[in-house]
Amino acid sequence: MSTPPLLRVVEREALVYARLWRGLAFSTFVQPALYLAAMGIGLGGMVSAHSGRVDGLAYLDFVAPGLLVASAMQLAASESMWPVLGGAKWMRQFHGVVATPIGPGELFGGFVLWTALRSMLGAAAFLLVAALLGAVPSAWGILAVLAAGLCAAAFCAPITAFSISQDSDLSFPLIMRLGVLPLFLFSGTFFPVSQLPSGLRPFAVLSPLWHGVELGRAATTGRFDFAAVVVHVAVLVACIGVGATFGVRAFARRLSA
Amino acid sequence: MNGPMIEARALTKRFGPFVAVDGIDFRIEPGEAFGFLGPNGAGKTSTMRMIGCVSPRSGGVLRVLGLDPTDDGPEIRARVGVVPQEDNLDTELTVWDNLMIYGRYFDLPRREIRERATELLEFVQLSDRRSSRVDPLSGGMKRRLTIARSLINRPELLLLDEPTTGLDPQARHLLWDRLYRLKRSGVTLVLTTHYMDEAEQLCDRLVIMDNAQIVAEGSPRQLIVDNVTREVVEVRLAIDADPAAEVAKLKRFGDRVEALADRVLVYTDDGDATAGEVASDGFDAASVLVRRASLEDVFLILTGRTLED
Repeated sequence: MSTPPLLRVVEREALVYARLWRGLAFSTFVQPALYLAAMGIGLGGMVSAHSGRVDGLAYLDFVAPGLLVASAMQLAASESMWPVLGGAKWMRQFHGVVATPIGPGELFGGFVLWTALRSMLGAAAFLLVAALLGAVPSAWGILAVLAAGLCAAAFCAPITAFSISQDSDLSFPLIMRLGVLPLFLFSGTFFPVSQLPSGLRPFAVLSPLWHGVELGRAATTGRFDFAAVVVHVAVLVACIGVGATFGVRAFARRLSA
Repeated sequence: MNGPMIEARALTKRFGPFVAVDGIDFRIEPGEAFGFLGPNGAGKTSTMRMIGCVSPRSGGVLRVLGLDPTDDGPEIRARVGVVPQEDNLDTELTVWDNLMIYGRYFDLPRREIRERATELLEFVQLSDRRSSRVDPLSGGMKRRLTIARSLINRPELLLLDEPTTGLDPQARHLLWDRLYRLKRSGVTLVLTTHYMDEAEQLCDRLVIMDNAQIVAEGSPRQLIVDNVTREVVEVRLAIDADPAAEVAKLKRFGDRVEALADRVLVYTDDGDATAGEVASDGFDAASVLVRRASLEDVFLILTGRTLED
């Protein structure tokens, strides 16, 4: 039985991960626990003492899905920069891949799929820690892992398309600081976007992370509006679609020109 | 296989206005060891990338294994092995994992890959290193692993781009020996090199490339016979000599004289006699050496430059 080329790329990434996972365990399990302890329990305790609830939720319940999805975005964003340029330029493994029957487009697709899966692995760990802390009121919460994967792919596809066309990593810290970090802070992760100044509020809908966070929150709280869920999913899928269109071309240009 | 392994007519590669390969013709038969000899930038790597179906041609005709790379890239790549100019191994993984991963790219069953990997590590003499990470291996070992990896799909055709560049002489000889064995087992070898000794050692037939074009073709022997005298007298000038004047004086000793930065080459059919004449004439030379003509001389005579330029 034959395995599609895209999945053979995933297999390779999974093997590398399996060999190196010990070094990654800290960021997978310990980081969510620290985040939840500081934001959910520490800060959340203060919020509860002063104003009680946020959007009708205990602060821990509000912030947990935000952190879950935002962590997935952060992981996906950084995995879509240095490792991509590494594969094309420093370590050059991507050139080894396209010398086999696997084409550049399939390599791109496999890479994005793997990044989504890996982010879901992290999200699952996060969800487990959050559930143990009592931050996941609904059994639908399991779907937050999917929301995280979708959001990760929505960032991975366009950023990977950008990274493959770079000659150096100079722009990467800039993207992290000017792109990823502001989104992390202002996409309804730590506080509802209704708290933003009224002039900025409409821009929140432009943040793919906001759509991801809203999906994640719908899942962990079990409170959702079906139409809104459809829109959030559609926006994330659109980001993946645009990223893939550019990515497939950019991979071919860089690796098979 | 019937017909040629590779056939190219007016094969061209352009990058924007830059012409990397300028309408070259060649034909490589099954079982041959065929070389592209030329300096850096001559268009060898671009040609190899077109053959390996990782670079679309800009013009002309190309058939690899009887197929067209434009239509059948994946199928051709499934039957070809590639040893790239720069190693692109997974350095943080083990020797063994590198072979397993690469085999999976070809969708080979794991059991099959394990069998082949064991044989191939034996073949490239890396069996005792199967569990070590790639990173600390020597350049020669990495090269051998890359060759083992390129053979995991049992290719009919092996493409080697500068296979021994950067290796020490001992590592090169070991590699040449392995490649020679592969050729004996029936694998068609196509390699690029800018080392004339490598071309002479490995190639049944070769083309000399310069400035995106093929300037000569033939067996190493034939190329030398056709283009150069049998022997060469290398005269190293005295340190205070005036090169232009000395070259003019040397002209009458041989059929042809070429001036290099540090020495003058006098082409002649009887090296010892010519060297004797130079000496008895009281010519002011730091040293005089007689050697057989090589592909290096063919290149120099055809292009006016040395391969290392």
